[in-house]
Amino acid sequence: MNRVNNYWKTNLKYLVILLIIWFTVSFGFGILLADSLNKIQMGGFKLGFWFAQQGAIYVFVILIFVYIYLMNRLDQKFKNQK
Amino acid sequence: MELQYWIWIAVGLSFTLYITIAIITRASSTGEFYIAGKGVPPIANGMATAADWMSAASFISMAGIISFNGYDGSVYLMGWTGGYVLLALLLAPYLRKFGKFTVPDFIGDRYYSNVARGVAVFCALIVSFTYIAGQMRGVGVVFSRYLEVDITTGVLIGMLIVLFYAVLGGMKGITYTQVAQYCVLIFAFMLPAIFISWMVTGNVIPQIGFGSAGSDGVYLLDKLDGLHRELGFHEYTSGKKSTLDVFFITAALMVGTAGLPHVIVRFFTVKKVSDARKSAGWALLFIAILYTTAPAVAVFSRTNLIETVSNKAHASLPQWFEKWEATGLISYEDKNQDGLVQYVADPQINELKVDADIMVLANPEIADLPNWIIAIMAAGALAAALSTAAGLLLVISSSVSHDLIKKMIKPDVSEKEELIAARLSAVGAVMLAAYFGINPPGFVAATVALAFGLAAASFFPAIVMGIFSKKMNKEGAVAGMVVGILLMLFYMTKFKFGWFGGGSEKDWWFGISPEGFGSFAMLVNFVVSITISKFTPAPDSDIQKLVENIRKPDDD
Repeated sequence: MNRVNNYWKTNLKYLVILLIIWFTVSFGFGILLADSLNKIQMGGFKLGFWFAQQGAIYVFVILIFVYIYLMNRLDQKFKNQK
Repeated sequence: MELQYWIWIAVGLSFTLYITIAIITRASSTGEFYIAGKGVPPIANGMATAADWMSAASFISMAGIISFNGYDGSVYLMGWTGGYVLLALLLAPYLRKFGKFTVPDFIGDRYYSNVARGVAVFCALIVSFTYIAGQMRGVGVVFSRYLEVDITTGVLIGMLIVLFYAVLGGMKGITYTQVAQYCVLIFAFMLPAIFISWMVTGNVIPQIGFGSAGSDGVYLLDKLDGLHRELGFHEYTSGKKSTLDVFFITAALMVGTAGLPHVIVRFFTVKKVSDARKSAGWALLFIAILYTTAPAVAVFSRTNLIETVSNKAHASLPQWFEKWEATGLISYEDKNQDGLVQYVADPQINELKVDADIMVLANPEIADLPNWIIAIMAAGALAAALSTAAGLLLVISSSVSHDLIKKMIKPDVSEKEELIAARLSAVGAVMLAAYFGINPPGFVAATVALAFGLAAASFFPAIVMGIFSKKMNKEGAVAGMVVGILLMLFYMTKFKFGWFGGGSEKDWWFGISPEGFGSFAMLVNFVVSITISKFTPAPDSDIQKLVENIRKPDDD
């Protein structure tokens, strides 16, 4: 039972960390902080605007692939404990 | 060669491809009809999900809407992609582990109650019908625009094609046609975008191009902000919606995406739990290709439009302007009789009206691309509309044949009879959708965006709590779903159709627009469910075991 519990707890830990990043790049950088970040220029982009229309989406894609990697590793560990 | 011939060739070839695929992959069992026999590889499922997801609106209208709204258009970009993170992390793997056919299946079993199942079926039908009526209309509009037939004929042609491959192929047929449709639509969207980016900025990657400088050395976005200030529009890179409303709309679209039954059901079609996560990753990657290009197209075409028309003599405008004027999508009225086009924010002085769709549709002509590219765009727009319509049809037909007939009305129905029922309900659903497509009720356009609010307010909390809380019981979940969807329906009919005394922007609760209200109704759903579950008996140990089981990886 401990083994199953650990698996679920680790999964929840991953979820919390990844969802904090998810919230920060979109609702944080793209919306709540957009006006302040717009004072920073990155090439031709104002940073807040870039996060809202480009950056957040790239981070979303990366987040899912990181989760896939973490969970595959966790699944493997779980299997080996058997 | 004449444009119309190219269009018939491109559309004819792509339709032949879809029908061939449907015949080869036709479904022979209910498992294949509902969830493609759980044998779809993750990359193929990713493409199918992307095509399922991106409708005619994403393909034709989104770039134009962003173009006219600038920063405020970000709600769609973040909202319609961020939901996939929620799907991959909070829903898809667990629902796949649960391993049945539909979303109401999960709600009904997890909350051990046919009332819960019935409420879920009701929500699924409302959400899917609000969505599909808009899609059939889209199919008709695209057909009529490109093939020069009237909208009714367009809807009927679209209906026959969808009918053929959805009824014959079921989920299995739809999945593989959607893979083909994704390839067609992404090629059709990217090709003109790449050409235009290269022409305007010398960079072939549109995502980088719209942050670069044009031939005059000024950054494109700075130039656009400047033009907007001059003409009295709000700055392109900052919005005019309130921050709170942008926050709530984005949240409603994200959570709604994760709660849409036709998206969720795609994750039932893969072989194992880890494949469900992978499909979500691939799906978002394939969607992101279009969604990160659209804001670039928006900037290119906005700048181009202003520079081409503003304060220019109407007689000297390029040929595409005249051509699209004939369709009514652009209209010019010379209010001060000076022969020049005044395009400004002030409605008293402004002389130009531009439909948002033109930004994508006229792109190939503005960039002077050859006719065969326009033909491919026509095929792409049709692929986008058909693939979404087919996915929704399948949800409607499985809700009727599986959730209503098999699970509630006549449990002893044989597999063969259920398959016939599934096909018949698909036929019925197509005809109803086509009827709405030909005679669109006034509320369709207003409600497609609200389907997300409805999904957010009803399904999302029930599913998430069903997975992450062992204690959530049927009383809590049913009360939450009912309160959530009724509250959302109330707010949307009050402020969109003027029921319950109507109201204007000033009367919005906490300044939240109906589009963003789904987030609020979702929070209410959570609060109601949790409160009620505290005062009612916890689910018994079988259900708690079911929850433990869906949290474990495969084969354990």
